[in-house]
Amino acid sequence: MKVTMTVNGAERSADVEPRVLLVDFLRSNLLLTGTHIGCDTTSCGACTVQLDGEPVKSCTVLAVQAEGREVKTVEGLANGAALAPIQVGFHEEHGLQCGFCTPGMMMVTSALLERNPNPTDDEIRWAISGNICRCTGYMNIVKAVKHAAQMQAGAAKAPEHAAVGGGGE
Amino acid sequence: MFPAAFDYRAPTTLPEALSILKERGDDAKVMAGGQSLIPLLKLRFAQPALVVDIGRLPGMADIKRDDGHVRIGALVRHVDIERSAELAKLLPLMVEAVHWIADPLVRNRGTLVGSVCHADPSGDWGSIMLALNAELVAQSASGERVIPIDGFFQGPFTTTLRPDEVAIAIRIPLPSGRAGGSYHKLERKVGDFATVAVSVQVELDGNKAKKAGIGLTSVGATNIKAKEAEKALIGHELKDDVIAEAARLAAAAAEPKDDIRGTAAYKKDVVRVFVQRGLKAALARAQEVKA
Repeated sequence: MKVTMTVNGAERSADVEPRVLLVDFLRSNLLLTGTHIGCDTTSCGACTVQLDGEPVKSCTVLAVQAEGREVKTVEGLANGAALAPIQVGFHEEHGLQCGFCTPGMMMVTSALLERNPNPTDDEIRWAISGNICRCTGYMNIVKAVKHAAQMQAGAAKAPEHAAVGGGGE
Repeated sequence: MFPAAFDYRAPTTLPEALSILKERGDDAKVMAGGQSLIPLLKLRFAQPALVVDIGRLPGMADIKRDDGHVRIGALVRHVDIERSAELAKLLPLMVEAVHWIADPLVRNRGTLVGSVCHADPSGDWGSIMLALNAELVAQSASGERVIPIDGFFQGPFTTTLRPDEVAIAIRIPLPSGRAGGSYHKLERKVGDFATVAVSVQVELDGNKAKKAGIGLTSVGATNIKAKEAEKALIGHELKDDVIAEAARLAAAAAEPKDDIRGTAAYKKDVVRVFVQRGLKAALARAQEVKA
């Protein structure tokens, strides 16, 4: 059946079987392979995208359920060559090693910052509790989100950041 | 993983949904958020010929007061409950418990009513609804029916809902006077099913329990209402010995099995401990409420 939705601001449609999952629609039909398939069983969050602004596991949504709705994927974060604050945060704070979970992590945390521009460590950890990272131990992901929050608040400046961890003064 | 092929309908009115189910209900599964059904379809544990997506039905996403009850529509998601200031005031047990359900992403899609109708014996909402003495509102082409939650669960993934019916809402009686609840869940990690979980709700009249509800998760073929334990509380002051006896009776009502999450004997004992802790917490909360 025909399905039409807005993906990263552009209207996209395709003819798909009802059983096609949103993640497969994005990856196979639209060739947006930034959204990853990890566990494929609603456990890991690698496939997280935003549906009408809220993060969801796209391996557990049918493409037809997104009919007429707005989907945002990791490809929709940057504005041309300018990275979004959350992307800068992950870059600056080494919020990734292998990078497999990163698109999902950024889709969750950028939605968090929309609702809560200045989250505490606990609120960040709570928000990403449905997303698994096997590399970082989550420490740097939390820092990355805080960095993005500061950046969004207009407070993050490179020299200050370089002094983080310099100790004591 | 792909589900087996199915026909898909997304009716935009309730009468349309009911007429589809009248015709094809026996081969169909109703889907709201899909957070339980889609995993089952992918694993091919379920292979319905037709999926009826009720996600586009109007007027079903409300939480409202209705004649001494709170009525929660079929499209109210877990996250809506999490954010509901009204429920936090009226039924704080639900808002406490919702944080234990799945993970934040699943809570953005999954629904209370869908979860209850899914009838997973490891589901959290079922035992909470049993503790709160909720009722389901089911609609079919031939009319509306109100189904008490006690007796609704027939076995794993099996309820008394008929194939031609849609559960359109859950109604929960509003506690009068001083009431309190609590939810205790043992899980290995976020998003896991409970090893054991216990929901408790008490309503006080003076020093004594006027009403008491205890629901058990993951310790039987369905969510279990620990009725003997409830009876042991009603009409009594909730002193330590009364609570200990109710906890013993609740553990006796549990029918857990040995599995990777623990032995049956262990799980029974966790039920006992959680009922005890839960009742003490619920009692303390009820006593804080000004009469």
